Amino acid sequence: MSAQLKVKNVSVAYDGPPVVNDVSFSLDAGKIGCLLGPSGCGKTSLLRAIAGFEPLVAGEIILHGKKVSVVGDTVPPEIRQIGMVFQDFALFPHLSVKQNIAFGMRGKAKAIIAKRIDDLLELMGLKEFGEQYPHELSGGQQQRVALARAMAPKPEILLLDEPFSSMDAELREQLAYDIRGVLKQDGITAILVTHDQIEAFAMADEIGVIGEGRLRQWDVAYELYHRPADIMVSEFIGLGVMVSGLVLENRQISLPFDGTIGPAPFSCEAGCTVKVLLRPDDIIHDDTSPLTLEIEDRAFRGAEFLYTLKIPNGGKILCLVQSHHDHKIGEKIGVRLDVQHLTSFPEVDCAACDLSQCKSHPTQG
Amino acid sequence: MEKAPKTNRSKLSGNWWSVGTSAMAAIFSIPVLVVLGFLFVPAGEIWSHLVDTVLKDYVLNSLSLMLGVALGSLLLGVGTAWLASMCSFTGRGIFEWMLLLPLAIPAYIIAYTYTGMLDFSGPVQSALREAYGWGYGDYWFPEIRSLWGAALMLSLVLYPYVYLLTRAAFLNQSLCVLDVSRTLGNGVWRSFFTVALPLARPSIVAGLSLALMETLADYGTVQYFGVSTFTTGIFRTWYGLDNAPAAAQLSAMLLMFVLILIMLEKNSRKKSRYHNTSQRHQAINRIPLKGWKNFAAVLYCGVAVLFGFLLPAGQLVIWTFTISEESIDGAFFDLIYHTLLLGGLASFFALLFALFLGYGQRLHNNPIVRLSVRLSGMGYAVPGTVVAVGVIIPFAWLDNTLDGWMRSQFDYSTGLILSGSLFALLFAYLVRFLAVSLQTVEAGLGRIKPSMDEAGRSLGYSPNEVLRFIHLPMLRGSLLTALLLVFVDVLKELPATLILRPFNFNTLAVRAYELAADERLADAAPASLAIVAVGIIPVILLSYSITRSRQSK
Amino acid sequence: MFKQKQLLLGMAFMLGLTPAMVSAGQEVNLYSARKEKLIKPLLDKFSSRTGIKVNLVTGKADALLKKLQSEGINSPADILLTTDAGRLHRAKSAGVTQPFFSDKLKKAIPSQYRDASGHWYGLSLRARPIMYVKGRVNPSELSTYEALADSKWKRRICIRSSSNIYNQSLIASMISANGEKATENWAKKFVKNFARPPKGGDRDQIKGAASGQCDIAVANTYYLAGMLNSKDKKQRSAANKVAVFWPNQNGRGAHVNVSGAALTKSAKNRHNAVKLIEFLAEPESQLWYAQKNGEYPARPGVKMSSTLLSWGKFKADNLNLVNLGTLNPKAVMLMDRSGWK
Repeated sequence: MSAQLKVKNVSVAYDGPPVVNDVSFSLDAGKIGCLLGPSGCGKTSLLRAIAGFEPLVAGEIILHGKKVSVVGDTVPPEIRQIGMVFQDFALFPHLSVKQNIAFGMRGKAKAIIAKRIDDLLELMGLKEFGEQYPHELSGGQQQRVALARAMAPKPEILLLDEPFSSMDAELREQLAYDIRGVLKQDGITAILVTHDQIEAFAMADEIGVIGEGRLRQWDVAYELYHRPADIMVSEFIGLGVMVSGLVLENRQISLPFDGTIGPAPFSCEAGCTVKVLLRPDDIIHDDTSPLTLEIEDRAFRGAEFLYTLKIPNGGKILCLVQSHHDHKIGEKIGVRLDVQHLTSFPEVDCAACDLSQCKSHPTQG
Repeated sequence: MEKAPKTNRSKLSGNWWSVGTSAMAAIFSIPVLVVLGFLFVPAGEIWSHLVDTVLKDYVLNSLSLMLGVALGSLLLGVGTAWLASMCSFTGRGIFEWMLLLPLAIPAYIIAYTYTGMLDFSGPVQSALREAYGWGYGDYWFPEIRSLWGAALMLSLVLYPYVYLLTRAAFLNQSLCVLDVSRTLGNGVWRSFFTVALPLARPSIVAGLSLALMETLADYGTVQYFGVSTFTTGIFRTWYGLDNAPAAAQLSAMLLMFVLILIMLEKNSRKKSRYHNTSQRHQAINRIPLKGWKNFAAVLYCGVAVLFGFLLPAGQLVIWTFTISEESIDGAFFDLIYHTLLLGGLASFFALLFALFLGYGQRLHNNPIVRLSVRLSGMGYAVPGTVVAVGVIIPFAWLDNTLDGWMRSQFDYSTGLILSGSLFALLFAYLVRFLAVSLQTVEAGLGRIKPSMDEAGRSLGYSPNEVLRFIHLPMLRGSLLTALLLVFVDVLKELPATLILRPFNFNTLAVRAYELAADERLADAAPASLAIVAVGIIPVILLSYSITRSRQSK
Repeated sequence: MFKQKQLLLGMAFMLGLTPAMVSAGQEVNLYSARKEKLIKPLLDKFSSRTGIKVNLVTGKADALLKKLQSEGINSPADILLTTDAGRLHRAKSAGVTQPFFSDKLKKAIPSQYRDASGHWYGLSLRARPIMYVKGRVNPSELSTYEALADSKWKRRICIRSSSNIYNQSLIASMISANGEKATENWAKKFVKNFARPPKGGDRDQIKGAASGQCDIAVANTYYLAGMLNSKDKKQRSAANKVAVFWPNQNGRGAHVNVSGAALTKSAKNRHNAVKLIEFLAEPESQLWYAQKNGEYPARPGVKMSSTLLSWGKFKADNLNLVNLGTLNPKAVMLMDRSGWK
């Protein structure tokens, strides 16, 4: 399979330091990629650069074998054959649903257009709404019209900019699955931008985590969760906290409240401190465990409680416990560690560490 | 790489907009710049004379007049806009469009009619004297021909700008915001002051700045009322003192006032980018007013309509049919035709250029384009005669240069091609009124979210096609507003028309002025009345289109 | 919205209506500071008699002059008509007029009402006498313009703004007669006698006097004539309350200005233009001119309207009218200094 989209060393800047810095990745045809990151991290700028709305200050973008963006030359969006779904949908208020969908298909035969509109309305479950105007539709319906409009001309790539941000939380995941189904059915290559990992996991084949303008990791969801490339990714993806540990002579990491849990990163010498990622599922509630920690806070989640536990050096860890274990705040409960995927990083102020090496080679237990 | 050539074309088109807006701004600033060019001609000792004697008056009176018109037009414009758009009371539907009617009356004509009514020898004072047996000096009566009188006259005919833009803003406001405010425990009236008013502020300020620029450019009213302002000062210096450089330097000072105004206006708009976030507008549930509130609302709107339109128009009707020696004859149709022709052409081209500038600014929002757009709108505050002179000089120069060259090269004289043509006159109108259509178009474009453009681009439409297929249909209401506002302005325009029109070409405003200037106010009434009549039609259309654009959203 | 076709159509429409080049044929082009209503009938008469078409554009004198100056040798105008000798003189100094001589005009117009070198010819006189309210002012109390500065007239005088050309000319004539210093001293006292801040036009001054706001108005006679012949009863009754007093009859005479015509330097229809000016000086035209405008004919011996006759004969100031033009800026500055708004 050939790469439908190649982003090579791309940087984007608006009068100042780059907001997108040296990003590279590629996406195969038919795949759904996702740019995931906190707001203001540069993911939308990157998407807009792919769309052709932002020029590059470095690197190049290759779409379907054609160089569409290089420094100083940007093929305008209208001839890139992209489709885009906007955060606010940007439906044309003066056009009906059908006219909105037909908007990008001018020049094609009438019959073909009509067929495509019907197919898309069917696909989106909007059959009865073809003659209505955008303001007469609900948010979810508008969203699907926007998607249908972007898909109608069969673009080389579909770009979705936070398409679910105005949806109800419970609708989002379902919509994401639905839309994934629709895209897969049409075999469309797509890139989604979001700050919501649930959405990203539900929809994307591959996910790139962006932090402070840089691509931290481009991977499948499982790897992002279990083998995060750096502290930023670790903290951003999934629940979990970073806990300081000490590297012992035998290169094992020791935690302040428990014994050693595994090997330290290569270059971290004995005596250094490291940051260890502890996810709620790494901490098992066990009344028989000698290790007891005080409950600082708790959140009821139906099937489980999420307890926040105090640890000796002043930090805290999270622990997911079945909800019939109803403990009060202030109580001490027994826990033990069961770390399946040990993720640790040298601490930034660790003088003995070669940071650049450490960063790219987190230990995996 | 089959699409490579298109890349270049599109890049060129981008440059084209940028260069185009700058070029257009340069062209439309020529008259103002020509006038400012006199700044470099030494004006002699005249300045020490002006500073010693009259300059203080010019500055103080101009400022006071602006303050008065600002207060007056806010008082009349904002409250009525709120009532007409958000409340329901007796006659609201009629007031909604009648409140716009004063726009059709030129300021100097309303000044004549009120002088006729309120003067010592006018019907009001005569009736008072008769009723109470008073004589001169026995009683106090406000003098209409004064600074405050001029501010009142100008407020009465200029408040519709504030009303028009504020009402559009109220109608476009997302009702959700108002509802939120009311659920937070604010009453309707508190919500008006704390939410609706601040949200509408950019539109209020835009309307106000139009009114104030008209105020600065006004000559007829202040001249007749004996109030010395910058405008009267410019003419006095130019004609009376025969000192064109000093007059130009006064014009430059006037332009500084305008620049400050423009900057204030821009500033207030910058703070709130006001595309609506909510896509959905519900039908307005107008707040019903009952009892004394209903009465107060009718009274409030009634006062504006009565004094801004009914009384002066009534006076014109009375003059026309009782004492005027003029009659509405066949020649009148020529006048009306000329007036419509000029108004139609000028408003169409003003709209075209405003769209070009406004959209160019949207595409390439760089400092040069922004400056260009601001410069293009400067002419609005410059008195028509000054603009006209600024048009005559470069046009005649161009014509004569071409003629000289043709003579020397081909021994053929082209004479004057542009000077004395309708083209020169239309150009002057554009210089003068581009700000009006620009203001309206910019406000309209500002309400279209940038994502609309990008959606269009991503669907394969070039910037020009986005304008044509997305913006134009969405802007329909604003475009019509721009068209009609300029039309009404051209209808009333006098000084530039007077100087620049071709031979044997008269308009209603020229006819009305010539008789009024000869102090035959009553004889000027039929032509004035015709201006009002011709002006009413677009004003009603305008009101209708705004209401409709709201409903179709 | 704006298809190219429509745009081109609009342009063609516009250019089609562009009579910039009016030259060939029997025509004469007139830039007139005299209002259309007050000159057009006469021009029509000229056209019907001679077959020469008169193209007219009216406007303010200074603007027309500026236009003429800018257009230079290519200006289409043949004649500049103004209502004030100062402006005719300005046109001459600006170099946009040319001299011409005509026996008919020489005979018709007295030498003090035309330019010595033949650049312009006066056509009518506009007199600015003193008007007083009958019964409240005894004409024997009045003598000269200068005497109006006497403190007995305190708060009794109505006169319009100093921005007005008539007042500027009047003061220019006084500077010419009495010198700048004396005139300024006079003006300072004169201003103190104003009954109200200057506002409105000349008719408003007459109305002010008639209604009791003041006892004396200074105004041009043709406004009074217009009021006397108005259809409006109120105007007529106001006008009937005042009478005309001719000042300075024992000295230089009452202040007059002239309206007149000049031949432009660029004139392409010179022959027709001269013909038209001669026509305007004919007794019949002079009669119409005087009657329609309430002005005095420049040509002696022309029959006058009963209104004009009722005010009696008067001696007009015979100063060189050119002075009105040259002294005008001085007059304005003097009024500025004396606080004449």
